[in-house]
Amino acid sequence: MSLSETKATEGRKPLIAMRGITKRFGDFLANDGIDLDIHAGEAHALLGENGAGKSTLVKILYGLLESSAGSIALDGQAVSFASPEAARAAGIGMVFQHFSLFDNLTVAENIALVLPDSEGMEGIAARIDTLTRRYGLQLDPKRDVWTLSAGERQRIEIARCLLQNPKLIILDEPTSVLTPQEAETLFATLEILRLEGRAILYISHKLEEVRRLCERATVLRAGKVVATCQPREESVRSLAALMVGTHLVDVRAKPNDMLGPDRLTLNHLSMPAQDMHGVALKDVTLSVRGGEVFGIAGIAGNGQDELFASLSGEQLARQGVAVQIDGISVGREGINLRRQYGAAFVPEERNGHAAAPDFSLSDNIILSRHALGDVTRGWTLDQANAKALMRDIVEKFDVRMSGADPAARTLSGGNLQKFLVGREVSRAPSVLVLNQPTWGVDAAASADIRQRLINLARQGAAVLVISQDLDELFEIADRIAVIHHGHVSAPLITRETTREEIGLLMGGADATQESLAHAH
Amino acid sequence: MRIEMQRRASTPPIIEFLAPVAALVAAVLIGGGLLTLIGKSPAQAFSVYFLEPFTDAWSLQELVVKAAPLVLIATGLSFCYRANLWNIGAEGQFVMGGLVGGTIAVVTQGMEPVLGGYWILPTMLLAGVIAGVAYAMIPAFLRAKLGASEILTSLMLVYIAEITLDYFVRGKLRDPKGFNFPQSVPFDDIARLPFLMDGERLHAGVLFGLMAVILAAYIFRRTLFGFDVKLVGSAPKAARFAGFSDARLTFAVFAISGGAAGLAGVCEVAGQIGQLQPVISPGYGFSAIIVAFLGRLQPWGILVGGLVLALTIIGGENAQIAMKVPLDMTRVFQGTLLMCVLAMDVFTRYRFRLVLWRHV
Repeated sequence: MSLSETKATEGRKPLIAMRGITKRFGDFLANDGIDLDIHAGEAHALLGENGAGKSTLVKILYGLLESSAGSIALDGQAVSFASPEAARAAGIGMVFQHFSLFDNLTVAENIALVLPDSEGMEGIAARIDTLTRRYGLQLDPKRDVWTLSAGERQRIEIARCLLQNPKLIILDEPTSVLTPQEAETLFATLEILRLEGRAILYISHKLEEVRRLCERATVLRAGKVVATCQPREESVRSLAALMVGTHLVDVRAKPNDMLGPDRLTLNHLSMPAQDMHGVALKDVTLSVRGGEVFGIAGIAGNGQDELFASLSGEQLARQGVAVQIDGISVGREGINLRRQYGAAFVPEERNGHAAAPDFSLSDNIILSRHALGDVTRGWTLDQANAKALMRDIVEKFDVRMSGADPAARTLSGGNLQKFLVGREVSRAPSVLVLNQPTWGVDAAASADIRQRLINLARQGAAVLVISQDLDELFEIADRIAVIHHGHVSAPLITRETTREEIGLLMGGADATQESLAHAH
Repeated sequence: MRIEMQRRASTPPIIEFLAPVAALVAAVLIGGGLLTLIGKSPAQAFSVYFLEPFTDAWSLQELVVKAAPLVLIATGLSFCYRANLWNIGAEGQFVMGGLVGGTIAVVTQGMEPVLGGYWILPTMLLAGVIAGVAYAMIPAFLRAKLGASEILTSLMLVYIAEITLDYFVRGKLRDPKGFNFPQSVPFDDIARLPFLMDGERLHAGVLFGLMAVILAAYIFRRTLFGFDVKLVGSAPKAARFAGFSDARLTFAVFAISGGAAGLAGVCEVAGQIGQLQPVISPGYGFSAIIVAFLGRLQPWGILVGGLVLALTIIGGENAQIAMKVPLDMTRVFQGTLLMCVLAMDVFTRYRFRLVLWRHV
C-alpha cells in the first residue's frame, strides 16, 4: 500500500480540501476528523462498508448536512454550503443513487426544471444534443421519462449536473442500478469528464470498478480515514482488507458441545432473478445446527434479500426439499406454515416490511403472529392478548416509546428493531433468520440484540444472521459463509478464520471457493 | 417564492374529522360562485339545496331512500379502496345486479299462484348479489392474473353493463303489452321490497345500507380479514411478510364491493322502480365513490357521507324545478365536492409553508 500521492497530483493545490470533518448524530460519531483532498482531473474513490460514513461525508460536502466540526476549502478558499443550491453554484454537482425525476415529463422538461426560466425548450434540446455528442450521453429530449431504463434516467441526472458546469461531480453508488452494459457507457462518459479536468468523487464498494476508474482512493471505516491509496497498485484482496479492517477482535469462547442436529437446511436452492436488478441464487447448500449462530457475510446486492425471501417463504423454491426446517421440507410452503413449524423471521427493512409503520405496536404483533393462534380467535382478532404480548415485549426488551400503544413509525430505529427482534425471539422459535439485524441501530441497542441472538442459540435454536457488518459476525457467529453473486461459500469456523479471508471471499476474488460452492 | 410541503408526523384527530367538513364548505362556496356566474341567487340555491329537503316528511324519506344505495355501494367500495385497489365500476355491478335480479321478477311474473311466491324476492336479492360479484370478478381476475389496471377495466365494464341492460329491456325483457315502450312488465307485489310504513316511500332495502355499515365496522375493527385489507393498503410488503396473498385479497375485496353494488341494484328495481328500464341508476355507482371518500373510507363516515350526497341529489332536483338550475349543475357540484375532499386530504397529511425564494 502506498500512502504517497500520484505524480499527476503531486505538488498541486487540491480543488477540494476537507479538513477534520466531524459529524455527530446524538452520541453516534458518523464522521470522525476526516481529511480528504480531491484534485482537478482526478477520479477519486471513496471506499467503505455500509455505515462507514461515506454518505454523511458527501452530504456535508454537497450542503445537505452541516458538519459538527471541520472545514472545507474550494480552490484554496474556505467555503461552507448552507444548501445544495449553494454547493451547485460553487461548482459541485452530485448524482444520487435514487433519481429525482418526474416520470410523466419528457427528458427535456426534466432538464429544464433545473435551469433558469429564461432558457427556451429549443435551446435545451440543442444543449442536450451537444452533451450527447461530447460525452456520449445518449438522450432523446422528447421521450417521456417513464419509458426510460435506469441507465437512461441516470444520464438525465448526469446531464442536469453537467449543465451547471461543475468542477467536481460526486457519484453515489452509480452502478448499483445499472446493467453491466449501462455501466460501460457510464465509465466512458466519466473518462471524458475527467480528461476535461473535472474532478470525480466516486462512492462505491465495488472494488473492481474502483481499480479500473480511480487513480486514488480514500478508505473510511467506522467514520475515520483508515487509508489513502492508489487502487491500481492494490489488489481486490488488499482493498477489501482495508475496508473491513485487519485487526481481529476477541471472539467469545463458545461451548461447542451444545450443538444439536441440523435445524435449518438449504439443499441446492436455486432461484432465478426476480427482476432486472435482482440476483439469482445459485445452488445454495448450507445447514444451521441447533445451538449455533450462523453468519452470512457479503457486500450488499449479492443476493442477501433473495436468500432471505427464500428462507422466509415470501419467495417459494421450486422443490420443497430445497428448504427444510427440522427435517420437514417447506420449500413450497408459505411463510405462515414455516412459522407454524417453529421458524421466525426478521427482515432488513423495519418500516414497511417487518412492520407496518402506521399500525400500532400491538397490531404489528398480529402481523407476524396471527397464524400461530395466540392473537386470533377463529377469524376474529384477540386484540387484548396482542396488547398483553406487546407490553411484555416492550418490558423484557427495554423498548423506549411514547404512549401506551404507539404507531411503529414513531419509534427510533434501535427501539423498533429491539421490538421486532423481541416479537420473534419471545416466541422461542426453533429457527430464527435475520437480515441485517443491527443496520442503522445505535451501538447499545446493537449489543443488546446480539446478546439476545446468542442467548436464543444457546437455548437450542438455529440462528442465521445475514449481515454486511463483519464486526457483528465475528462477534456472534460460530460459523461464517460468504454470499457473492448469489453463490454461498462453504462455511468457515469463525475462530479459525480471519477478516482478510472473509473479505477476500466477499470481493469474489477467490475463484476456487466459488467453484467449490458451484460443484456442491 | 415557493410553497413547501412537509409531511406531518401525525394528524391530530380533530383535523381528520374537520377535513371533510371543510371540504363541504369549500365545495358549497365554489358551487355558490358558479351559480352566481349563471345568474342564479346563491342564497336561494343554498336554501333549496340544503334546507328545503328537511322541511317535509316526503323529502326526508326520499333522502333516506337515495342515501341507502349510496351507503351500501360506498361501504363495499371502501374495502377495495382501503386495500389500494380502485374499483371504479360499481355502477356496472349495480346495473348487472338490477338486470339479473329483475329478470327473475319478470320471468316469474304472474306465476305466484302456481309456484308460490315467498322464495321469489330472496332469490332476486341473491341473484343480484351473485351478478354483482360475478361482474366484479372480471376486473379482479384481469388485475390479479394479468396485472391489468383495474381502474380502466372496471370503468369500461360500466358501459358494457349499461348497454346490456338497454339491449334486454328493448328486446327479450320488453313488456309485450307495453305499447313498445322500452321497459319490462311491472313486477308483481311479491317480487317487490315491502314498505317499512304503509303508504310511504321507505322500502325495506334501506336497511341493507345500515346493515352494511355495521358489518363493515365490525370487520375492520375485529377480524383478521379486515386487518389484512388495511395492511395491504398501508404496507403491501409487510402484508406479504404477514403471509397474506395479494391475489386472494384482490378477489375478496372486489367480490365484496361487487356484491354490495349488485344488491343495491336489485333493491333499486325491486324497491323504487318496480320494473326494468333502460336506465335504472342516476349514477349511484359513481356518486358512491365520492361518498366513500367523503366518509374517509370509515363505515360510519360513509353513512354520513351518503346522506350528504343524497341531499345534493334531492336538492338538485328541487333546484331544477324551483330555480331552473340545470341538473348537470348537481353533477358539477358533486365533482367539486370530490376534488375538495381529495384536496383536504393533502392538507391533513402535509403542512404548508410559504418560502421566499433564496438566490444563491
